[in-house]
Amino acid sequence: MTPASLTPNRRRLGRTVTTRAAEAVLRALIYICGWLCIVILLAIAAFLVYNSVRSLREAGLTTMLSGMQWYPTSDPGRFGLAPLVVGSLLVTAVALALAVPVGIAAAVYISEFSGGAVKEVSKSVIEFLAAVPSVVYGLIGVAVLIPAVKDSFGLSSGMTALTGGIVLGIMSIPTVISISEDALHAVPVELRQGSAALGNTRWQTTYKVTVPAASSGIFASVMLGLGRAIGETMAVLMLTGNAAVMPHGVLESVRTMTGTIAAEMGEVVQGGLHYSVLFTVGLVLFAITFGINLAADLVLERQQRRWRR
Amino acid sequence: MNLRKFMVLGVSAALAVSAFALAGCGGQETATEPATSQPPAEELSGTIQIQGSDTLLNVASAWADAFMDANPGVDISVQGGGSGTGIAALINGTVDFANASREIKSEEIDQAKANGVTPVEHKVAIDGIAVVVNPANTVEGLTLDQLGKIFRGEITNWKEVGGADKPIVLLSRDSSSGTYEFFKEAVVAAQDEKAEYAASAKLLPSNQAIADEVKANDAAIGYIGLGYVTPDVKVLAIDGVKASVETAADSSYPISRYLYMYSNGEVDGVMKAYLDWILGPEGQKLVADEGFVPLP
Repeated sequence: MTPASLTPNRRRLGRTVTTRAAEAVLRALIYICGWLCIVILLAIAAFLVYNSVRSLREAGLTTMLSGMQWYPTSDPGRFGLAPLVVGSLLVTAVALALAVPVGIAAAVYISEFSGGAVKEVSKSVIEFLAAVPSVVYGLIGVAVLIPAVKDSFGLSSGMTALTGGIVLGIMSIPTVISISEDALHAVPVELRQGSAALGNTRWQTTYKVTVPAASSGIFASVMLGLGRAIGETMAVLMLTGNAAVMPHGVLESVRTMTGTIAAEMGEVVQGGLHYSVLFTVGLVLFAITFGINLAADLVLERQQRRWRR
Repeated sequence: MNLRKFMVLGVSAALAVSAFALAGCGGQETATEPATSQPPAEELSGTIQIQGSDTLLNVASAWADAFMDANPGVDISVQGGGSGTGIAALINGTVDFANASREIKSEEIDQAKANGVTPVEHKVAIDGIAVVVNPANTVEGLTLDQLGKIFRGEITNWKEVGGADKPIVLLSRDSSSGTYEFFKEAVVAAQDEKAEYAASAKLLPSNQAIADEVKANDAAIGYIGLGYVTPDVKVLAIDGVKASVETAADSSYPISRYLYMYSNGEVDGVMKAYLDWILGPEGQKLVADEGFVPLP
């Protein structure tokens, strides 16, 4: 008898009923966990749709999406979501304009140019930054940034899309850095060595070899940063002034979708039309983030296929 | 193998323990009788669940603490979340009282009736709404009419009401707060029901946020509960009357409103004792301590 034919037999013999049962239970649990995410996602979507039905029927999705006036508590209420959608997108755009260049540059520095103590310290500081609660960022924004924006642009009030966007950008930076840094770190050292062997300087290696090789991970970090910015609630509620008018620039007050839901949910008549409209706002937000994530996945997929060739 | 067996045993033991603990929780919950079924006794006892308005949260907590100190057998829990949340909880039967900074709406009364709940209104305090500006602002007072025009966006510069040549920065509470709706009825839409706040008004999430911005911005005007007035902001006289506890109590100040508690049906037992205590001298003293206006 060869050892190969003997081992499985022995193993089977060694397994008791309890271990086999335990294994089956665990396998089922893992299987359930895998499907759970999909079930949760579908359940969220179904819940949002179910609760928005009343507003979709009574106010109409296109009327809401194209409406310019948000007076939800008037009689009859006017539920124009357009300023809220544009407000959210504008604040997010400002946040990304700040977080993407700063975040990627910091990740490149930490991964490629820093070493030893600097690297370790900066990595833990970034992790700490990511853990600061958003309301703390909001407080700092109220105390420092609102007056600063007001004075430096000569505005009548510092509560603007820019103020909210800057704070959201700062909040997104740790996400962008840590995931980009992981992606850069994962680039095989052989690529860097090969590049150096061909006579490239360290800087040339970085922007010609390492960063392109890590681009899908960097792209993913930007998407996660975007997700953090568009979904953030507390800081924008405190900083953007929440006036529901269509903004003409970043120096005007905006009202975001998240801020609207947070500020109004507690006071509305539960099950009423306004309540249902807030669920529609949530549905629109969900659709936007879902769309962005899907698009990002498709881009990543295409990129990976290109790299495989 | 032994190790594995041990782990399996461990896991099942843990499951058994947690199941036991869960059962224990269930038992505790069922042991708590609803407050209404408590017979009125000399020594008050029972539990009261309260939820609702964030405006009322501080004073409601102060009431609960003081009442529980005086009556050790009574257990009162107070939660915020907003007037709508509180009234919904009352309709669903999960709380005994709903705190509200606005009157219950007809839609909510319909929902309550459908659920077999009869909301009964109790006025528990008065909230004076002060109109505040930055101390550097030279304007000392406005008429109610001017105030309405400012908040409708018809007056947009301080020079039109005797101040400096500066655009007015409008600060309002958020569109769902009871204060927003009250101020709209009393000021913005006082003459014309269809009138709205100017779209450019910034909607801030709390009294404190408005006070902070008024303190920092010399062109801002906002409205806040009397309890939030500090020396850092200037209270404007409206129609010649400055907001204060006295002027709100004798109704000479035009912008003040009631705060409410709602119960399901008329109260009895420990709930009646609590409500009577709130409306009595001790409860109303705490109202004043928390910056609201005691009932006359």
